[in-house]
Amino acid sequence: MRWSIRAWSTGKGMATTHIPAEPSWWRIFSRNRGSVLGAFILAALFALAILAPMLPFEAGRIDVGPSMAAPNLTHLMGTDELGRDVFSRAAAGLSVSLMVGLGAATISTFLGVVIGGLAGFFGRSIDALLMRLTEIFQVIPRFFLAVLLVAFFGANIFNILIAIAVLSWPEIARLVRGEFLSLRSRQFVDAARVAGASRTSLIFGEILPNALGPVVVNATLMVGQAMLLEAGLSYLGLGDPTKASLGQMLQEAQQIMRSAWWTTAFPGSFIFLAVLSLNLVGDGLTDVLNPRARGR
Amino acid sequence: MSKPLLTATNLVTKLFTDSGTVQAVDGVSLHIGHGEAVALVGESGCGKSMTALSLMRLVRPPGRIVSGSVTFDGTDLLALSEREMRAVRGGRLAMVFQDPMTFLNPLMRVGEQIVEAVMLHQRVGRSEARRTALEALERVGIPAAATVIEYFPHQLSGGMRQRVLIAMAISSKPTFLIADEPTTALDVTIQAQIMRLLARLRRELSSSMLLITHDLGLVAEYCDRVYVMYAGKIVEEGDVFSIFANPRHPYTRALLSSTLSPDRRIERLTPIEGQPPNLVTPPSGCRFHPRCRERMARCSVEAPPDFAIAPSSSARCWLYEEAARVSAP
Amino acid sequence: MPTKSLLIYVGGRLLQAVPILFVIILINFALIHAAPGDPIDILIGGADATPEYIEGLRREFGLDQPLSQQFVTYIGKIAQFDLGYSLRYRESVLTLILGRMPATLLLMGTTLFFSSLIGILLGVFAARRPYSAGDYTATFLSLAGYSMPVFWIGQIMLIIFALHLAWFPTQGMYSLRAPSEGFGRILDVAHHLVLPAITYSFYHLALIYRLTRIKMQEVLALDFITTARAKGVAEGRVVYRHALRSAILPVVTVIGLNFGFMLAGSVLTETVFAWPGMGRLLYEAVGARDYPVLMGLFTMLSIMVICANVITDVVYALVDPRVVYR
Repeated sequence: MRWSIRAWSTGKGMATTHIPAEPSWWRIFSRNRGSVLGAFILAALFALAILAPMLPFEAGRIDVGPSMAAPNLTHLMGTDELGRDVFSRAAAGLSVSLMVGLGAATISTFLGVVIGGLAGFFGRSIDALLMRLTEIFQVIPRFFLAVLLVAFFGANIFNILIAIAVLSWPEIARLVRGEFLSLRSRQFVDAARVAGASRTSLIFGEILPNALGPVVVNATLMVGQAMLLEAGLSYLGLGDPTKASLGQMLQEAQQIMRSAWWTTAFPGSFIFLAVLSLNLVGDGLTDVLNPRARGR
Repeated sequence: MSKPLLTATNLVTKLFTDSGTVQAVDGVSLHIGHGEAVALVGESGCGKSMTALSLMRLVRPPGRIVSGSVTFDGTDLLALSEREMRAVRGGRLAMVFQDPMTFLNPLMRVGEQIVEAVMLHQRVGRSEARRTALEALERVGIPAAATVIEYFPHQLSGGMRQRVLIAMAISSKPTFLIADEPTTALDVTIQAQIMRLLARLRRELSSSMLLITHDLGLVAEYCDRVYVMYAGKIVEEGDVFSIFANPRHPYTRALLSSTLSPDRRIERLTPIEGQPPNLVTPPSGCRFHPRCRERMARCSVEAPPDFAIAPSSSARCWLYEEAARVSAP
Repeated sequence: MPTKSLLIYVGGRLLQAVPILFVIILINFALIHAAPGDPIDILIGGADATPEYIEGLRREFGLDQPLSQQFVTYIGKIAQFDLGYSLRYRESVLTLILGRMPATLLLMGTTLFFSSLIGILLGVFAARRPYSAGDYTATFLSLAGYSMPVFWIGQIMLIIFALHLAWFPTQGMYSLRAPSEGFGRILDVAHHLVLPAITYSFYHLALIYRLTRIKMQEVLALDFITTARAKGVAEGRVVYRHALRSAILPVVTVIGLNFGFMLAGSVLTETVFAWPGMGRLLYEAVGARDYPVLMGLFTMLSIMVICANVITDVVYALVDPRVVYR
């Protein structure tokens, strides 16, 4: 249980009471049991994705087993109508999803940091222009633009990644810009400047480290969102046909799930568990990295 | 001496937080008589606001009133049900808060907030309540009350907002008013106006007042008696003249010598040394001993009791053990 | 409250929407020309077209003219509400989309309404009992709710409730055998509406629940709540009359901001349940590479999102008097 000091005071001035120092980041993180659970699940999923090629059956290879077999000891997650092993296909799809998620999140974080940083640091007209741009991108329905981009430019993994990345940067940009703006006017920046610090050292030494916390949290959550977006795109038939994809598996399952529930339940739960664990970890990271959100 | 209107006996309120249990109010006893204006003085964090909240039973988790009693007009407030307490709160026993900006509902019109209070404590209809609210606004000196009554808090200045808070509190003619730092958030010029308003209202309503403040000037001007609080305990009690002329407790003396006064020519202000006390693990013995100029060996070991030196005059300090023995019957 | 300043505010917001609209049209135009292949192929979509038709298109869009001229022509067409023509459906894109809109609005409207309502009530409930077992469970469940891909939820729901338990129909908006008018029809549609709406509401409910809970907790710790209690106001009234009003503001904003995301969800939900709305149209168009329809949908859906944002801002201004009095 954590209560802010302010929660029990009726006015200012109670903050002079001494409270012991803040515990280390691992302690804060591990206090949230959900986050620890999420971290474990995430680690397990990553391990599975990396080890996917080593699974007994080749992903996507037809007739490695009987058609429409329920989960059994040979095929832990059953087979689909073409005799493909669901488990190996899903694991391969998981690694693709994770890769797209991480890739898209990295690129859009980078974009967001740069754009937000530029806007926040230079201010005025550059800021106004970039913020208008950000606003526009925030309003335009992301998913549909992604659909449009992929439909027009072709459904391959690269396009999908770019499409998702290009659409996710507004939040990060907003965040970073906000941090820059608020930190720019704070005293320690002035102090550093008076001491003769150059612009670059100001940015990298003072401002960015402070902005880093919320950015990391946002980036973590963004991986999950990107994964959902990718799954949605491939469900609609816009996935890369040469690569395994969880969304595509679900699309194929639509016809046969009546008699083969495992063809949708397992691939879908991979997506679910991945996104869930990312959200849990993100929540835990919020407690650690975001001092303003602490004290709930 | 006639029976006091409000008496608190050995009130203990603690806050059970993650970082430890804070002894916010540690055995506080006070009494206020009818029509009296009493001050509760101390530095920030000493527990004065918490005491006020405890008297009104407004303490929320993680805080809790642990023990003690509060008697108001013959009724034991701590024994009442929540529903019965609500009838008292805001009616006969009212409170005015510190920062009118944050203490008023920003989304509710000013008049509506007063009407709400009126309808809770007086059996009247809405139109009658509105009239009462209007009266209350006029009473606290708000010009064009009929227009202001429809305003939202952000449309008013700080002083006006504080008057609204006061209007809300006095709308049901309380017999006891607690004012928690009512002028701290205001401009110096407005401070005087508000205090004069409070004094006038007190006279008109013949009510008692507990003024919580760290501003000794206000105490000297408006109060009859003073309680000095430190680290959750009352360390001195006395009438306003003796407190200022002849402060007893070392903390009171330190407080007075660390502030300016037009009456005395002071070469240099002497601040109080040391840090404010940790209320989770307070100092052993007398809580003031680490910062006390007159401390003795005994002070760090044994906590002094409250020594009664005269009626309505006491000091929680080993220096007065003799004095108490002499004056006690 | 003076309506004049409110109207000015609304007008201002609508004006702000114009550049966004411009960018959307620009994106469409850019896509036609930037996509691999001949712009003509884009304008035809995946269907077969006669040479005369192709010639007609060339003239209509001015494809031999310089790009800037083409853009002006294009803007002109959009301004006249001409979103193109779909060969596959043999209908103007606009008519096609408008025909599917009611079904989508019905699904979205019902879902948004119920999930917002339930989300808020649950959030308030949880905020009053923080750190209880119920609170932790509900929080975890809500986190799960918005981690699940909506089409997966739909499939699971279908399997359990429609295929195995047969409580609900598996697809479509109405059965062929049901009455086509009156109360019977309404019941039939409602029956078909249940599963898609529930599927679709997970995300939004979870989001609203979490937000309301946090905001309520924040607001309940604010000073004016203490004042209300000091007046003797009963706790129920403190929560609903004083606290909720302040806490609901960001929730209203989120409902509006989330509209775009919910539209995306509708695509996926409608596909799972074969609900005849705009989402399903998108799915069909993607499959057939019917580009005019895709672009038209993109434009239309963007406009809907913009409208939702403006409506949200207006509602916010109505609830919070501070906004208009600036």
